[in-house]
Amino acid sequence: MARAVTNRRKALNTLVAWSVGLLIFFPILWTILTSFKTEAQAINDPPLFLFFDWTLENYAVVQERSDYMRFLWNSVIIAGGSTVIGIIIAVPAAWSMAFVPSKRTKDILLWMLSTKMLPAVGVLYPIYLLFIELGLLDTRIGLTIVLMLINLPIIVWMLYTYFKEIPGEILEAARMDGAALKEEILYILTPMAVPGIASTLLLNIILAWNEAFWTLNLTAAKAAPLTAFIASYSSPEGLFYAKLSAASTMAIAPILILGWFSQKQLVRGLTFGAVK
Amino acid sequence: MIFHTRALLGACAVAALCVPATAETLTIATVNNGDMIRMQGLTQDFTDKTGHEVEWVTLEENVLRQRVTQDIAAKGGQFDIMTIGMYETPIWGKQDWLVALDDLPDSYDADDILPAMRGGLSLDGKLYAAPFYGESSMIMYRTDLMEKAGLEMPDAPTWEFVADAARKMTDKDNEIYGICLRGKAGWGENMAFLTATGNAFGARWFDMDWKPQFDSPQWKETLSFYIDLLNEAGPPGASTNGFNENLSLFQQGKCGMWIDATVAASFVTNPDDSTVADKVGFALAPDTGLGKRGNWLWAWALAIPAGTQKEAAAKQFIEWATSKEYLELVASKEGWANVPPGTRTSLYENPEYAKVPFAKMTLDSINSADPTNPTVDPVPYIGVQFVAIPEFAGIATQVGQEFSAALAGQQTVDEALAKAQTLTAEEMEAAGY
Repeated sequence: MARAVTNRRKALNTLVAWSVGLLIFFPILWTILTSFKTEAQAINDPPLFLFFDWTLENYAVVQERSDYMRFLWNSVIIAGGSTVIGIIIAVPAAWSMAFVPSKRTKDILLWMLSTKMLPAVGVLYPIYLLFIELGLLDTRIGLTIVLMLINLPIIVWMLYTYFKEIPGEILEAARMDGAALKEEILYILTPMAVPGIASTLLLNIILAWNEAFWTLNLTAAKAAPLTAFIASYSSPEGLFYAKLSAASTMAIAPILILGWFSQKQLVRGLTFGAVK
Repeated sequence: MIFHTRALLGACAVAALCVPATAETLTIATVNNGDMIRMQGLTQDFTDKTGHEVEWVTLEENVLRQRVTQDIAAKGGQFDIMTIGMYETPIWGKQDWLVALDDLPDSYDADDILPAMRGGLSLDGKLYAAPFYGESSMIMYRTDLMEKAGLEMPDAPTWEFVADAARKMTDKDNEIYGICLRGKAGWGENMAFLTATGNAFGARWFDMDWKPQFDSPQWKETLSFYIDLLNEAGPPGASTNGFNENLSLFQQGKCGMWIDATVAASFVTNPDDSTVADKVGFALAPDTGLGKRGNWLWAWALAIPAGTQKEAAAKQFIEWATSKEYLELVASKEGWANVPPGTRTSLYENPEYAKVPFAKMTLDSINSADPTNPTVDPVPYIGVQFVAIPEFAGIATQVGQEFSAALAGQQTVDEALAKAQTLTAEEMEAAGY
């Protein structure tokens, strides 16, 4: 009897989990489906779900009109570069705050987070002028720096949380065995925090990949990533929903695939220390 | 000796002319619409003729507007050519942000540009942006539903007739709505329509002293008429409908009439996308007998930001893209119906183009719009569906939100107008008017 209840509860939980999952995934699924419709089918009322004439025409048009690989390459460099540089800066910062805290550590952490509270548009013009002065407009290096700085507070906070879960005694033992600071971070701390670092890395790649404010405002033709690629298919005067969906699907496909393959690490990292 | 020197100088001059100018790469910011995308596909023709390459930055209209405004104000120099509209051109020209296009060669035939377009893109008689395509607004209506209602659409109807027809065509049980109009908030959305419609009702944004006029009976009549009409004969959720939503409704046969940009005519008559392609008629935007019609005037035009290093090549591109030859090039590749409309007089004199069903009504609509004298009573501003001052976009978007809320039933017409009057007065005072 007890088993029957457990099974029923399990089935219910599974059903609820699938329903919530599908609900969250539905907009992406709808975008993918729309990308295979004609423009007329895309706006059909009632909406067409699966039974329509599937076509690859939108993908062909998008391929013909835009240099997808150039946008993709820019996205890879900007998202990857900003995340890697961010991690390199954030690991020592998080280490010091987790293991050698001072009276001001909590204030510093809060101050770092407070930079995320200002709407980005509030600093658009000063940054734009700085970029003009420094010759960084429409360059990948400029965008990499900006996105790294924007995501740095999140990276530091995440790593700090993971590092706090690691017992300080282990690091002390390493120090007693003669490990220098560099070795302590590289050979003791980092391997223990790999799940946390991996999930931070993945989450930040996703954040940088999808960042659309700075990438649209600081680029023109050369450094524009996939967010600009999507923006070029949106129009308030003319129906381009199917093409826009095809462009969106192409833009999210790489990050979706990356997320799919790394979901184990991502989930492990995000629940790191949760059962302690 | 003198002869030799002159000969030498002459030879040098000829040699200088014969050396091809350095091939440049132009960066052009443009909007995503059918005509612009077509131009991108034909760019090779320009490269073949001049040797200059082109890099396109295509953006959604509102993103583009913000992006180019920011770049030109900060002198970012990201673009050699910008696609801008009739609203920006006189404002930017006044700021000396644009290169004047008053030295285009005779072969370009600048006098061939439709006078309304040329006037709207000029300041003190100087052209600052060359029109790539132009549009007005007009009525697109279902000929079958009009016939079923026992009515005949005149070429130049009144608002009274349109409202009567809309109510008679409405069949809500079968999801057919007599009229579809813009309701979504925004200066280029509901306020474009309402500002132009207000002109027909005798309303205006400001009097000659720049005092806001939303407390006038004309505005009350305009807004009440619009909201009553949409409530009775419009589709559900009209307060969130913009161009695309109404286009979609019309193409699916759910609108009896739609008053919007003339460029929509090619979409609603395209059998690939429209279920009512063969049942569409056209008429001028309505009036109320006061001498002004509720049709707007707009152009997407190409302009050169002052300070670009590639001014000569940029001018060559603009000459190419807005020339008579370009129109012929598009016609030869994609047919006359796909030629960018509304820019040149010669296009409308072309017998081939005259066969396009919406050509005449588009021209008549453009010609009946007068941006320098848009209202019944005199005004200190230029613009039919906008007021060509930098503050307008911000103010009109806020006013648009109030009007949209009134359409959604969240407040009364009087409340919306009172708020519009207050916020406009405050913004104008803060701006120093």
